[in-house]
Amino acid sequence: MSEQSIDVPALRKDFPILDQYVHDKPLIYLDNAATTQKPQVVIDRINRIYTRENSNIHRGVHYLSNQLTEKYEQARQRVQRFINARHQHEVIFTNGTTHSINAIAYAFGEKYIGPDDEIIITELEHHANIVPWQVLCQGKGARLRVIPFNDRGELIMEEFEKHINNRTRLIAVNHISNSLGTINDVKQITDIAHRNDVPVLVDGAQSIQHQKIDVQQLDCDFYVFSGHKVYGPNGSGVLYGKEKWLEELPPYQTGGEMIQKVTFEKTTYNELPFKFEAGTPNYVGAIGTAEALSYIESLGLEAIEAHENDLLQYATSKLMEIPGMKIYGTADRKISVLSFLMEGIHHYDTGMVLDKMGIAVRTGHHCTEPLMDHFGIEGTVRASLAIYNTREEIDQLQQALLKVKQMFS
Amino acid sequence: MTLDEKQQEIIEEFSMFDDWMDKYNYLIELSHDLPEMDPQNKTQDNLIEGCQSKVWLHAEMQGDKLVFNADSDAIITKGIIALLIQVLSGRKPSEIKEANLYFIDEIGLKENLSPTRSNGLVAMINKIKAYAVAYEQQGNH
Repeated sequence: MSEQSIDVPALRKDFPILDQYVHDKPLIYLDNAATTQKPQVVIDRINRIYTRENSNIHRGVHYLSNQLTEKYEQARQRVQRFINARHQHEVIFTNGTTHSINAIAYAFGEKYIGPDDEIIITELEHHANIVPWQVLCQGKGARLRVIPFNDRGELIMEEFEKHINNRTRLIAVNHISNSLGTINDVKQITDIAHRNDVPVLVDGAQSIQHQKIDVQQLDCDFYVFSGHKVYGPNGSGVLYGKEKWLEELPPYQTGGEMIQKVTFEKTTYNELPFKFEAGTPNYVGAIGTAEALSYIESLGLEAIEAHENDLLQYATSKLMEIPGMKIYGTADRKISVLSFLMEGIHHYDTGMVLDKMGIAVRTGHHCTEPLMDHFGIEGTVRASLAIYNTREEIDQLQQALLKVKQMFS
Repeated sequence: MTLDEKQQEIIEEFSMFDDWMDKYNYLIELSHDLPEMDPQNKTQDNLIEGCQSKVWLHAEMQGDKLVFNADSDAIITKGIIALLIQVLSGRKPSEIKEANLYFIDEIGLKENLSPTRSNGLVAMINKIKAYAVAYEQQGNH
């Protein structure tokens, strides 16, 4: 397996969207942390559902319903294997990472959070892993504690021990920072947390597509991610939870599918995983996501990591050749995300000009305002690289940035 | 110069540019020519916060004319504001309020008008018009 390497020119042909011109320039797509493009197999899979297979799943007596129900449950198995969950019913399909975090914030909060309790998050978090906990704390009279990071963008691990106390109920942390690319040592965090009987939720939105995930090895209590960031369709996501937690937590949404028996006096809930899947699930999204996972598994997660790491090293050295360049996020362990500013040039100006040169990047605070406050900046330009990006595209980016520099100085 | 004449002049100016690069370079030039804003006027109230860049807009009546002063931390945004000020500043509030700003479309900056662009152009125009409405009402009392 480790011998496997990625044939990028061949792989690029799997992504039809990449073959186009933007503002008369070949598209260079470097906004993968926001969303990834879809391989033809995923597009075809979704197409096939709507052309041949569509039917509402579960409870159907007819052929199409039974067939698609089976495909949906196979998708669940595929996710289970991909993240190495112990049980299939530990995989809940949601609409995405934000939905998954909100679901846990609600369900966990209802059951376990009271006045003066504490939830620990970090300064690196995306707003999606800040605001739900903040709202929960406000509602319950609980407190939010925040673990800081150093100037390289690495969490200060000693702070976890300092912040955990007998009021700590949960730690919510991202596996990889969307703005800086820092890979957090989640295993060490779960070790510290579990020594203190505190569960850990891991926001995997930026890790699922870049490295092999093993939730049993990480030993996290919850792991959440979005399909669209791992080459799957939009509007589909996963909430993994250890069985013992999912058994104990109340449903966060109610309605059809999640019930066992309903009378006007009382409703009893269905078993896992259905207890957490009220209403008609996004089965198209779930099956499409499973197809995307199969696709990247066929490429090899180690090969993906090696290719992206090569791109990161190359891009870092190419950007640093530009005078006045500052890269934010220089952790020892990071993924192929480059957040940067060129001295005296606004990130928005940079992004506007890159766009006209066919280069798609993201500019702004990337939904991490507290992180930007740490550095005392309003935002950055972020180039986030994925499996289909090439060294040639990095060269183009460098040339384009030199042009930007010339225009604005 | 009337509002229409001014817009026509800008449209003609931009029609000479072959590509976006020339347009952006021109906007950069305009941003440098924009009179510096009094730092005292860079207040929270005068800040139009978009997602991407900060824009400050100050308005005051000089006689029966409304005069605008503005700044931005992003240069292209500042160039766009400079255009808006060229067109609208120093006119009567009633005229500003009713102004049909077709030049934006004509010079190819329409993409910057999409609300998702969040560069504040829509917000800027809204704020300019809101000032015009406010000062017009003041004048009527």
